[in-house]
Amino acid sequence: MTDGGLRILVVDDERAIRRLLRTTLTALGHIVFEAAGGIQALHEVAAHRPDVVVLDLGLPDMDGSEVLARLRTWSAIPVIVLSVREEERTKVAALDAGADDYLTKPFGIDELMARIRVVLRRSVSATSDPVFRTGGLIVDLGRRRVTVDGREVSLTPTEYDLLRALVRHPGKVLTHRHLLTEVWGVPYQTETQLLRVNISNLRHKIEPNPARPTYLTTEPGVGYRLHVEE
Amino acid sequence: MRQTDDRAPRGRLKIFLGYAAGVGKTYAMLEAARERQAEGVDVVVGLVETHGRSETERLLEGLEIVPRRTVEYRGASLNDLDLDEVLRRTPRLALMDELAHTNAAGALHPKRYQDVDELLDAGIDVYTTLNIQHLESLLDVVAQFTGVRVGETIPDSVVDESDEIELVDLPPEELLRRLAEGKVYVPEEAADAAESFFRLGNLTALREIAMRRVAQRLDAEMLAYMRTRAISGPWAAGERLLVAVSASPLSERLVRAAKRMSDELKAEWLALYIETPNDATEPELREQALANLALAERLGARVHTLPGSSVAETLVDYARRRNVTKIIAGKPLRPRWRELVRGSVVDRVIKLSGPIDVYVISSGPPTSASRVQLTRPARPWQAHLYSLPPVVIATLIGWPLAHHIEPTNLVMPYLAAVVVVAVYLGRGPAILSALLSVLAFDFFMVPPRFTLAVSDTQYLLTFAGLFIVGLVVSSLAARVREQARAARRRELQTTELYELSRELAGAAGPETITAVVRSHVRQVIGAEAVILLRDADRLNPAPGSEGVDEDELAVATWALDHRRPAGRGTETLPGASHLYLPLLTSRGTMGVLGVGLPEVDGALSATERRAPEAFATLAALAFERVDLAHTANQLELLRATEALQSALLNSVSHELRTPLASIAGVLSSLRGKGGRRDDPGLTPKARAELVETAWQEATELNRIVGNLLDMTRLESGALRMTAEPIDLEDLVGAALAQLDERLEEREVKIVLPSDLPPAAADSVLMVHVLVNVLDNALTYSPEGSPLEITGSRDGSGVRLTIADRGMGIPEEDLEAVFDKFYRTSRDHVPEWIDASRGIGLGLSISRGIISAHKGRIWAERRPGGGTVMSVALPASPGEGESGAAEVS
Repeated sequence: MTDGGLRILVVDDERAIRRLLRTTLTALGHIVFEAAGGIQALHEVAAHRPDVVVLDLGLPDMDGSEVLARLRTWSAIPVIVLSVREEERTKVAALDAGADDYLTKPFGIDELMARIRVVLRRSVSATSDPVFRTGGLIVDLGRRRVTVDGREVSLTPTEYDLLRALVRHPGKVLTHRHLLTEVWGVPYQTETQLLRVNISNLRHKIEPNPARPTYLTTEPGVGYRLHVEE
Repeated sequence: MRQTDDRAPRGRLKIFLGYAAGVGKTYAMLEAARERQAEGVDVVVGLVETHGRSETERLLEGLEIVPRRTVEYRGASLNDLDLDEVLRRTPRLALMDELAHTNAAGALHPKRYQDVDELLDAGIDVYTTLNIQHLESLLDVVAQFTGVRVGETIPDSVVDESDEIELVDLPPEELLRRLAEGKVYVPEEAADAAESFFRLGNLTALREIAMRRVAQRLDAEMLAYMRTRAISGPWAAGERLLVAVSASPLSERLVRAAKRMSDELKAEWLALYIETPNDATEPELREQALANLALAERLGARVHTLPGSSVAETLVDYARRRNVTKIIAGKPLRPRWRELVRGSVVDRVIKLSGPIDVYVISSGPPTSASRVQLTRPARPWQAHLYSLPPVVIATLIGWPLAHHIEPTNLVMPYLAAVVVVAVYLGRGPAILSALLSVLAFDFFMVPPRFTLAVSDTQYLLTFAGLFIVGLVVSSLAARVREQARAARRRELQTTELYELSRELAGAAGPETITAVVRSHVRQVIGAEAVILLRDADRLNPAPGSEGVDEDELAVATWALDHRRPAGRGTETLPGASHLYLPLLTSRGTMGVLGVGLPEVDGALSATERRAPEAFATLAALAFERVDLAHTANQLELLRATEALQSALLNSVSHELRTPLASIAGVLSSLRGKGGRRDDPGLTPKARAELVETAWQEATELNRIVGNLLDMTRLESGALRMTAEPIDLEDLVGAALAQLDERLEEREVKIVLPSDLPPAAADSVLMVHVLVNVLDNALTYSPEGSPLEITGSRDGSGVRLTIADRGMGIPEEDLEAVFDKFYRTSRDHVPEWIDASRGIGLGLSISRGIISAHKGRIWAERRPGGGTVMSVALPASPGEGESGAAEVS
């Protein structure tokens, strides 16, 4: 899949950020639309049907989460949230409200492009291939088999469910709440210690060095991410 | 006493002076007041006694009268002046009848003249009336020829300092006629006294005194006038009088005489009490003397007390030092023979006085009012008995020798016996032993023996010799003894004050000062003390002191506001339970010291007030010192804060601008390329390097801003923390992931036992902490050197240590590294360290965060070089190996 020719909507009230993204993304061959506020952003999405939205949370007229919530009522368009470091809680709220990923300011353009690629790939080929590979880790969803560097790993049913939930959204950060709901069910949404213990156990089984994980990383205060190779 | 204030100018006092009741003072005063009212002056009647006389009552019509206050006192209700109401009303002129009146118990002041004084202080003019016999200095004179001792007196100073005196005169014959017609008010209980008082002779004499007094004042005004106009006049410049006061009843007369003389001479006068060893042994004499001294003080003298064994010498010496021109002394009441033997004090004063005039006042017959018994209490009879053995011993020594040596020489043992008795037993026994010695000598030694017949008159000389030796030695010894005792007592007082000041000097806070003062007051005065400190306009008990009730607080507040003692033992509100002394300092009144004195009659003399006042002075100084120290501390704190702020600004501006400078530099070089022809152009490699530099600097800048924000949140308490169970492994992983780029060349050894319990912490904040600590380790250790991260149990909690092989931290800085803006001293920094990194906030923030988690963070030197940073955190409660069950 190529990077060229994507239609990208940039929503940010900061003129400097918009200008930076417009210039660099245009130079990379993309088509860039801009919006400085939430209302305008919703109009732009409806009018131009972009492939992806880069959304700043701190908007003057409407909170970014609110924009996201309204957008999600009628569109599944991939959204990447831009935030500043202090906003762990709003970050989580945005992710739970349906954002596909987030990026912390300041950020590099290559980082942004990587995230864009991830969300687009996911949206294009979410369930087409039952075998997921990243590095030495292979998860065969069809046969419920997991191997690391060719060695088969034996997982408990919960660990497998957890890994499968992560594999379904490769490269995307999944919040605690999302994982708990998907693996254990709604009543367990807040039982983070279940998640903590199982993540730890999973790491010990799939990571070469669990203290410096390469596949399954932690986003402090937000959730977990299964890395993908580009 | 009077102080000049820059408050309202003092009111003017006019006195309508009469020589007896019934001359029409009140009438004259009311007439004058009506005239003033007609002139448009705001006049109120504070208090006027009409005694039911219609002509006076008529004059009251049309004048505003302040309602009297009804005071309930010990069951009786009394109508009295409402001073507060008059003060509140603040007229231009207030009428206050009967200046010498004594107020009902429970009033603000015991005497009306004190009420008047307060009105004058408030800037209100006062008209008042007074009979001449109530003047303190005339008490004796009046008593002498009327035979009536006046009970109510007022200090002469009140009259002296009045602004105007009007003599209200009525011929005595006319007064007597009015008395006969019943027009003069005489209280029933004084009817008898009045009969002997209102006699033509008395009235004529009183009238003369009154007239002379007014004339004297006119003279004085004339003199003052002449002086202001620089007219030379017949006044003796710089006269100064000194009156010696003792326990003798004559002293009171002396004091009054001195007052009159000083008035006539317009001279300053001093009163001196010389505390002799005799007085020191007899408290009653001392008290009487101090009472006389207090009288002198009330009459306007400056008073002093000096210790001394010789009255005459001490007196003259003092007079010389104070440039006294006239000494007033009394002729003592002593038997003639004693004067012959010991010489009179007056004689000695006259002999020593030189250029100083000495006035001797003769004593009348002792008055019945004499309060002190002059007869000495009998000495213990044992002392006299003890005088016998030495005489017996002298006789036993002399007896065997009597036949061999001259009898005259045998006197010597007796002489020795008399000296011994005189030194140890005092005067009486000495005289007795002299007498016994002479008798024994005569009986046993002098022929004819065993008879008292004196064959040779020469032995009369022996007798006289022994007698005189006994007297002289005993007096000398007694004097020495008493002097020593007096010195000891003064020493004790001085020591006490010294002790107090020493203890106060070491007192660090108000609590200590309060405790020290209270314990000393208890020891020295035997009373409980309270200390009230001023806080804005209120008085609050000092820390460690009890408070007082509302009434007492009012008295204390009066003392504070007027900067004068009040309460028990003073002339202001003496009904209070404490004596309140203001704590005066150069910077104002710090508060009030209250001393719970036992019941006292009347006002304390200056001498009696000395100990409490000394305590108040020392306490005030101590409180002032502590207050100043406190202020200085706050200034110091402020200065430190300012230093910190300027350090912050310096640091922040430097640290924020350095990465910005790199970024701006890179951008400018990238922008510059192209357009200009002479541009050498950047090679792609150089370009990539520049861009890489700018990127790193931008990251660094972001980290610094993050730290500053964290610091601000920590200090403002805005840091929100959610403690949740977190795995150390997870934590380490997240932190290392953030430092990925910087860790590329490093070997990181991680040892985390699998059975470690999770820590209770906020994951986001803990990652910050770990990143800061790791960043520090990376900055201060050489490129490529290994890091070790170890987890372990720490009591019931968990511990994480990060060890490096860097430059290490000097022993003395192990704590300081957690201070804000701490930077390694650049002198000792090895070259491989990029010491410009960081602003010294990372570890400080880490400690703040860890403390908020109830954990600990500390630094140690690592054996073999480097630093070990340890973070201890509490374990998450209820989290054991529960996860294991979930797995299976």
